[in-house]
Formats: sequence, C-alpha cells, structure tokens
Amino acid sequence: MDSLLEIRGARREFVTPEGDRIAALDGVDLDVGAKEFVTLLGPSGCGKTTLLRAISGFEALDGGTIRLGGADLTALPPFRRPLNTVFQSYALFGHMTVARNVGYALEVAGVPKRRREAEVAEALDKVGLSGMGARRPGQLSGGQRQRVALARAIVAKPRLLLLDEPLSALDRNLRQQMQIELKTLQDRLGIAFVFVTHDQEEALTMSDRIVVMRAGRIEQIGAPRDIYRRPRNRFVAEFIGETNLFPVTVDRVEGPTALARTAEGVELLLPAAGRKPGEAITAILRPTDFTLADKGIPGTVRSAVYLGSDLHLFVAPAAGGPEIRVTARDGQAAETGAAVHLAHDPARVHVLEGG
Amino acid sequence: MAIRRQSAILGLLLAPATLFLGVFFLLPLLIIALFSFLTPGLYGGVEWSFYHWNYGRIFGWADGIMEVFEPVYLRILWRSLSFAALTVLVTLLLCYPVAFWVSRLPERSRLFFLFLITLPFFSSLIVRLYAWLLILKPTGFLNSALMGLGLIAQPLEILYTPTAVVLGMVYVMVPFMFLPLYAAVDNLDRAQVEASMDLGANRVQTFLKVVLPQTLPGIMGGAVIVFIPSVGNFIVPDILGGAKGLMIGNLVEQQFLSARNWPFGSALSMVIMSVVLTVLLVAVTRARKTGAGHA
Ligand SMILES: Nc1ncnc2c1ncn2[C@@H]1O[C@H](COP(=O)(O)OP(=O)(O)O)[C@@H](O)[C@H]1O
Ligand SMILES: [Mg+2]
Repeated sequence: MDSLLEIRGARREFVTPEGDRIAALDGVDLDVGAKEFVTLLGPSGCGKTTLLRAISGFEALDGGTIRLGGADLTALPPFRRPLNTVFQSYALFGHMTVARNVGYALEVAGVPKRRREAEVAEALDKVGLSGMGARRPGQLSGGQRQRVALARAIVAKPRLLLLDEPLSALDRNLRQQMQIELKTLQDRLGIAFVFVTHDQEEALTMSDRIVVMRAGRIEQIGAPRDIYRRPRNRFVAEFIGETNLFPVTVDRVEGPTALARTAEGVELLLPAAGRKPGEAITAILRPTDFTLADKGIPGTVRSAVYLGSDLHLFVAPAAGGPEIRVTARDGQAAETGAAVHLAHDPARVHVLEGG
Repeated sequence: MAIRRQSAILGLLLAPATLFLGVFFLLPLLIIALFSFLTPGLYGGVEWSFYHWNYGRIFGWADGIMEVFEPVYLRILWRSLSFAALTVLVTLLLCYPVAFWVSRLPERSRLFFLFLITLPFFSSLIVRLYAWLLILKPTGFLNSALMGLGLIAQPLEILYTPTAVVLGMVYVMVPFMFLPLYAAVDNLDRAQVEASMDLGANRVQTFLKVVLPQTLPGIMGGAVIVFIPSVGNFIVPDILGGAKGLMIGNLVEQQFLSARNWPFGSALSMVIMSVVLTVLLVAVTRARKTGAGHA
C-alpha cells in the first residue's frame, strides 16, 4: 500500500499533577493511505488526541517519527506541516467574518485577494454554506459552525485532514447527517482523513479502517467488518458493539463442528478447524447471531426492550451463567418470563485463543 | 399599562443608584462647572457673578487687565497628556508580556503573583513614592549601585526631572494596567491560537491576526484606566517632579490650596475633563469599529 502518513514508534509520556508518569503514546505504528478514512477509536484517555496532536505538531514526541508523503515532519512546527485540523471546539476566529475565517490559510500564505475569494466561495459551496461568507461565527448554529471549521480546514487543499471528535457537540440527528456528509466530502476531495471518536457506531459508519486504541497502544487495526466480526481480543470485542463472551472448554469435535461448554454447562457449536478437545477458548457471539428457535440453548427472557425495528432480549440460560444478549427481529414474540431456545449458526462464532 | 407599571417599578429600583450617583458624582461636578464661570473672591471663595475670563486665561482671550493669557497653561496641559500617554505605553509594554507569562504559570504561583501585584494597594502611596525618592536621589540607591559597579562616573540626574515623573507614574499605574490585561490574556482561546498555526500562520502572524485582536478589549480597558488618573495626577509630580515635571493636576491643586482661586481651578478641571472625555470617546468608537461583532 502506498501510504501517505507513516508513524513509527511514536512515544509520549506525561507527568500527572500527582507525579505519576503515564504513557499517552506507548509505541504507536500507523500507516494511512492517500485516500483513506481512518478512525482512531478508544475510551477516553487512551491517547487519541495526543496522537492527533503529535501529527499536527502541537505535541512533541519523546520518540519515534512521523512522515507525510515521504518527508519527515517530526521536527517541524505546526505551521510548516502541510495538513489541517478540524478542532473539537471548532476554534473559529470570533473577530472575523465567516469568509475571512475560511480564507485564513490563504491569507497568511499571501494568496492574492481575487483568487482567495474564489477559493473561499468554492470551499463554502462544498460544505453547503454558499452565501454565508459575510456572517460572523457568533451568528451561526452549531452545525453551521462545524461546516465553517471544515471549509476553513480544506480551503488550502491539504493532503491530510485531522478531525478530533468534530461531531461530539451536535445532537443525534445532525450528527448522523454530518457523518454521511463527511464521508461523501472525503470521497469527493480524494484526501486522507484521520478522524478521532470514542463513539464506536460513528467509527463503524464512516471508516475505511478503524484503529482501536487502549492506554497508549494500538489494540487492532482493520476494516469495520473485521474489527466487528474478528476482534483480536476481549477488549476490542467488548468495545465494539454489543457482545456475548463465553469462556468455554472444547468438549468434542464431530466433522465440521465442535461442541464446547461453559463452566455452567451452556453448550455452543463452533467451527472444528484447529480445535482440540479439552482446549480452553473464548467464544464470541454478537446479539444478532442468535435466533429464537425450537432447539438450542434453553433459557428464560429476563427483560425485553423494544427499539424500533428490533427487539433486544436479555436471556438467562437455564444452565446458569451470565445473561445472553439477543437481538430478535420485530414480530418474534418474546415477553419477559417466556421460556425460549436460542439457536446459532456455528460459522458465526468467533474464537479467541485462551480462556 | 403594564409597561408603565414596569417602568415605575424600574424607576423605584434604580432610585438608590441614581441618588448615589447624583450625590457623589453629579453634584460635585455641577458645582465645579458652576464655579468655573464665577468671579474669584479677593481672599478665596467665589463671588456670585458671571465671569468668563477664567477660560480666557487658559485659551488666550483674557481681558488683559485682571487676567492675562498665559500659554504656559496649555503647555502644561499638553505635557500632562503626553506624560499620561507615555505612562500608558510603558505600562502596556511592561505588562503585556508578563500577563502571558503569568497566565502560563501553575495555579499556585499564579495566585501568588496576582497577590504580589495587588500588594502596593495595602500601603500608602505617599510612603511608596518617598521610597522612590530615596532610590533616585543623587546619593540614592540607584546611583550608588551604578557607580559602585563602575557603570557611571557621575550620579545620574533623574530626580526632579520628567523621567522621574513618568517612572513614578508607571510604578503607580502598573497594577491598573496589569489586571485588565491579564483578564483578557487569561480569557484568550488557546484553541484559536492553535487553529491559526495549524492553518499555516507563523508566530508573528498569529500574534497580529488572532492574539492582538482577541486581547484588544483588555488593552483598551487598561489604557483607559491608566490614562484618566495619569492626566490629573498631582502626587507623583509633587514628590518626584520638581519644576520641569509640573503637571496640570499640580496647577489645580495650587489654585485651590495656595492661590485660593477656586474659579480658575475649576476652569482648569473642566478643561482636563473635556479633553480626557474627548480622547476616550475617540478611542472607544475606534475600538468599536475595529472590534465590531467581537464576542
Ligand atoms: N498536557 C497533558 N499533561 C498531562 N497529561 C496529559 C496531557 N495531555 C494528555 N494527558 C494524559 O494523557 C492521556 C491521553 O490523553 P488524550 O490523548 O487526551 O486521550 P483521549 O483523546 O483518547 O481521550 C490521558 O491519561 C491524559 O490524562
Ligand atoms: Mg480527546
């Protein structure tokens, strides 16, 4: 892959006010392709902002290198790096008009007024704010400010755009709309986006690849589908989407399927490939992988939550152990207290080695 | 109907404030304005008859018999204005970088510094100015130190010069400049500074296009608060100034206390006030224009 951005061994330590050292970045390697939408995803405090600020130049690294298009950026100040950022707070200049905000990068680069105005108009058009140039940021709604920040960051045609939780201040409807618009804009501009979020749904919707981070390290990099279906470890599995984790022991292998059992006695079928009897593994099944059927894991519905098209069930297995989350299609009747059987396709089971 | 009742209630609510302002600001001002058009009494006080030569003496149409036009008053007024402007400039240049430095200190040291800045308010101005007198006099601390270091052979003549006056005023006014500046700098949106650099502006461009306009309200506030009392200041020139450091405030003081010419003193006060008000109005309207739509 021809990568635009190459991060190698990025390290950054902070000293907390209590005097402890924490590694905000603990050896991060990351490649981003020229037209790729990459999302940094992870819980609060895992180092996403620090990584983004290291790329934009506002946070110096203790070790490691950052290259963009082959050129080493590591020692350059922010204003010499050919990339732009959409800030979480938008950081619009309150004392300037929208047009001057958007044209700022061109203004400081000395682009003549004529050409600047044309490019500002073009950028405003791209984000759907044509004709708003004369307003002040204070006269705009949150969504409009977001778009101004976006127009301002793309006006100089950077090859890489960094976005730090840009949608977190918007309400749910607008956020979903902006997710689609951002993705479309990225396709149209043909540049790379590195997007930070702690919202896994947002990451799944928008990204070409997701980078799951924890405590300054990358846990897994992969396409949304990969990350969702084949998480590399418990942390990723639990962080992305709703998950049922079953610590099981393989009982026996029969042809293409293997039978495994939890300590309480809940029985699961899984692909036989590579399985040996007596082996301890963790089986992962998403709520949508179960169906209500006549056969399968017996259990009792503890609670049922109706969510639009889906019915979310919490089922207590008859054998005991943690409740199983199940998403049933609308129309399948299952009230609280009902006795049900949960069936699953063995091929849908994802296995983590080890208990 | 409802509106009339509301305004009645509003009037009632505002009455104490109106009374306060009336008694403590407006009334003395009116008395001064009135006195400035009255005839000076032979042994101080006023005689209740209209007299415009007070202003005549200052501006140049004195009657030539009782009152003579003396351009020295305009010169001293001009000197006061330039001393005040210089004080504003020097305090601004001193405080602006320090405000940035302080706003970056850890919380504890920041509070300590702010406490230090307000410390002078706890002691008498006169005493502090006499301390400066001891520092600046020919055999004082400054000259002994400089001569001891071999930097100068002769003591510097600073005391009783305009330099001493401006130095003293800068010393007195620094807290008044610092506090509004600090408030503005502390309020500065760091994200906007980063956004500017992210968009390719170097440090100088960022300062001129983002930091300066954002902190302009603090600069204007500090300038106004320093300028007004500086123009009329008479204590600093009294103690450190000598003849060449005389300011318009000293003139007013003399007219009321030693020359016992209250109407002329009142006229001088009215002139100071109108000049200061004009300067302020111009400054504020211009700041409005450049900072329009700000915040
Ligand atoms: N300037 C700083 N000083 C001290 N600690 C910091 C600083 N910036 C970030 N940290 C710490 O580094 C870790 C990672 O922070 P951050 O990158 O902001 O996380 P995220 O954006 O994923 O929420 C956190 O533990 C945070 O407290
Ligand atoms: Mg963050």
